[in-house]
Amino acid sequence: MSDEASAYEPVIGLEIHVQLRTRTKMFCGCQVSFGDPPNTHTCPTCLGLPGALPVANERAFHFGLMIGLALGSEIAPRSLFHRKNYFYPDNPKGYQISQYDIPLCRGGHLGDVRIHRVHLEEDAAKLNHIGHSGRIHGADRSWVDFNRCGTPLVEIVTEPDLRSAEHAREWLTDLRETLRQLGVSDVNMEEGSLRCDANVSVRPRGSEELGTKTELKNMNSFRFLERGVRAEIERQISLVEAGESVIQQTLHFDPSTGDLTPLRSKEEAHDYRYFPEPDLVPVLASEEMLAAARADLPAELPRQRARRFEQELGLSPGRARELAFRVELADYFEAALAAVGQGNGAGGPDPVELANWIPLLVERIGSAADPAQSKVAPASLATLAGMVAARDVSRDAAREVLAKLAAEGGDPREIVEREGLGTLSGEGSELAVIVAKAIQSNPDAAEQVRAGNMRAIGPLVGYVMRETRGRAEGGEVTRLIRERLGLA
Amino acid sequence: MSKITDLSAAQAATAVREGQLEADEVFAAYLERARGDELNAFTWLAEEPPGWGQAGRLPLGGVPLAVKDLFCTEGAPSQSGSRILEGYRPPYTATVVRKLQDAGAPLLGKTNQDEFAMGSSTENSAFGPVLNPWDRRRVPGGSSGGSAAAVAAGLAPWAIGTDTGGSIRQPAALCGVVGVKPTYGACSRYGMIAFASSLDQAGPLTRDVTDAALLLSHMVGHDGHDATSLDLPGPIELPRSEDLRGLRLGVPEELTGSESGVEPGVRDCFEALLALAEKLGASVAPCRLPHAPHALSAYYLIAPAEASANLARFDGVRYGLRVDGDADLLSLYERTRATGFGAEVKRRIMLGTYALSSGYYDAYYGTAQKVRTKISEDFREAFAEFDFVVTPTSPWTAFELGAKTEDPLAMYLNDFCTVPMSLAGIPAVSIPCGLSDGLPVGFQLAGPAFSESRLLDAAFALEQAIDFDASVVRA
Repeated sequence: MSDEASAYEPVIGLEIHVQLRTRTKMFCGCQVSFGDPPNTHTCPTCLGLPGALPVANERAFHFGLMIGLALGSEIAPRSLFHRKNYFYPDNPKGYQISQYDIPLCRGGHLGDVRIHRVHLEEDAAKLNHIGHSGRIHGADRSWVDFNRCGTPLVEIVTEPDLRSAEHAREWLTDLRETLRQLGVSDVNMEEGSLRCDANVSVRPRGSEELGTKTELKNMNSFRFLERGVRAEIERQISLVEAGESVIQQTLHFDPSTGDLTPLRSKEEAHDYRYFPEPDLVPVLASEEMLAAARADLPAELPRQRARRFEQELGLSPGRARELAFRVELADYFEAALAAVGQGNGAGGPDPVELANWIPLLVERIGSAADPAQSKVAPASLATLAGMVAARDVSRDAAREVLAKLAAEGGDPREIVEREGLGTLSGEGSELAVIVAKAIQSNPDAAEQVRAGNMRAIGPLVGYVMRETRGRAEGGEVTRLIRERLGLA
Repeated sequence: MSKITDLSAAQAATAVREGQLEADEVFAAYLERARGDELNAFTWLAEEPPGWGQAGRLPLGGVPLAVKDLFCTEGAPSQSGSRILEGYRPPYTATVVRKLQDAGAPLLGKTNQDEFAMGSSTENSAFGPVLNPWDRRRVPGGSSGGSAAAVAAGLAPWAIGTDTGGSIRQPAALCGVVGVKPTYGACSRYGMIAFASSLDQAGPLTRDVTDAALLLSHMVGHDGHDATSLDLPGPIELPRSEDLRGLRLGVPEELTGSESGVEPGVRDCFEALLALAEKLGASVAPCRLPHAPHALSAYYLIAPAEASANLARFDGVRYGLRVDGDADLLSLYERTRATGFGAEVKRRIMLGTYALSSGYYDAYYGTAQKVRTKISEDFREAFAEFDFVVTPTSPWTAFELGAKTEDPLAMYLNDFCTVPMSLAGIPAVSIPCGLSDGLPVGFQLAGPAFSESRLLDAAFALEQAIDFDASVVRA
């Protein structure tokens, strides 16, 4: 069932936790790490030892301000830390230091989704439950790894502006790329540096009132987010359609089964007893701090860049997004474009053609790789694309050149020369000879073409392409065959 | 030359620096006395002198220090007087203790206290009560009762404690020693096992004002581990005033008048001291602190609220006492905390938890914070007209063991005169000003933030004029 087709409209808001890429933790000097042996980055403060005190990390503020500015939020001139009280073994002090009624940032938007607030807090320790359940209830033993404890987090809360599971996934991708380009986080969902909870409700299409919402947790990939939200929308719609009501609760998403199971009410029945953290002083966002944060923002964020690619370079919306939202690809593309401007002059590829080569390069080097780190220099890709545009090399042969470039580097013109991959043109005797051989070897097809059945030309063209290993240009081959058969 | 332990700490330090004494001799003399502790003042003692060759070159001359149990001391027990930290030896040392060690005051021992500094008699200790050296049937005050008793009885040359609502000043008063609560932020709280973070301050308990100034001068200053700590505008100077000429002393009716509950013997001593102050050149006049009578109510919301969070970390998971439940997280928490905490601590955790609960926060915690602001404003107005505000430190002298343990509210009234200064974050000094029925009475001087040097100067001039003799309890 597609969300759009239903009589019900889903209403979705996201709460995103972003681990900041600071060198040290939010309130102590321990190194921020991932994957190191357990409890090797700890101190009295992040272990919650008696007498230890927090001291706020300035770099985390800087990153928080950058995020607020990038999202167009209003920055609080003076924000406060609060204690959020609850008992759990991953929370060594018995409270988490977070922000409450005066967060660092309020408001703002990314695309069509409004931001409610952005605040700073500290991450909890990591629990590993030994035993069949994988959760604390029913575990034989639970180990606590405090390496993660105290890692700076930014929590971004959206307004309930998302309307489908796909929308949620797509928007979160946009947010991730924006954060990545800010350089404030690794934004890796699998490693937990980007985590997302979703608040989901449904209402009759056209209604302005919000339905009862549930909170979904543990969706640790983009795919799981989409699946979890979709499953919950479907569950709520079938409840409502059956005349039952949705119960406000927190649901745990199990990616292996796709099941949504309610957390025990005891686990979520919290009165957090927030109060201002007396160990910290209020955070003042000075003009200097704001100026420093502004100075560290990239000149252009992904959304703006995509718009420019579309409007100024004529890229399709899809291609513009694909490049702009991966900063490495966009940077590489623009570097190649600059090379066209400098070296190849007129006759170089147009931006749309050049852009079409980026996904081919990605396919060749792997989607996780940074093309700037590959052996294919941006200027080489521009040259190659230019050669295709100028019909110096066929599209198929150019792919072969690209493979060689990716493996060995070098200059595409030299590779074409050395490997003899240049386009075989009609004037060249070699291609004429191969065309003649094609007709000779396929007399039936030749006869049919002569008789006016142009669909029969396929085997003849195929023969030439095989023989020339794709170096011939398709249109040229067709023209030569027709000429040879007296049809031109 | 007189017996080592007859010297004040500053005199002993000078003697070591001038080569008349060996630091280890001083340490050994006190260690021997502390080993004979019959007051239950110590919870732990160092085994031997640290053997410092260089102590003579350090400003505190190797004169050993008694430290309240709640200061973390690396490798030495630090339990804050609680069973829940049974056997806990921290891996680090509190900043003020480290600073004093670096200045040449090695750790002599840890002193007994009310559990988590919650109390005014040192009867709420997992180690049992401390006895007052002036009368062993009586309490030494609290919560820094072990430090106060140890200094009064000459078991330690000097000591440090902490003051949240009076926990240095009140035991100093009841034991006849000098106690200083510095401006909030003057001393780092890093490594002090927290009771109420917005109020806790470390400070000295000493035989005289000069010792207090010397010790305090090496405790203060900003610490990178405590965001609320500050550098003082100037160093703490050793006091030298001989008179109080030009000093304007304000006497708040609200804390000293007929409604205040100050007992007659204490009032007599207090008034005699005011007369002495006038003789030394001070002017004495009534002043107003209109919100001060509400201080205790505000304090008993704010302090327990903060404590309820500060004490949440004692959950049996990582350190200290652990009482396993039925393989179930909740029962581990419940049993550990039920066994580890004493009655007063539980009472305050519950008070604080309630005050912060959703639906009650504004009425309790919120209102208490407003009262706190009003009290600060009262002091600001008073200091526009007066240099210092003076009161008796405690409304009464040392009371008998067990006399108030059944009545928490009566116990809380001990802090009636000291809590307003704590809420305002301002410095205050208590000095012994005489005896009432053979028991010491304390006189409190409070000044604006960072007025420590001036306060100590005035206290010194008074001390010289009073000539309080406590040598009888050090015998």
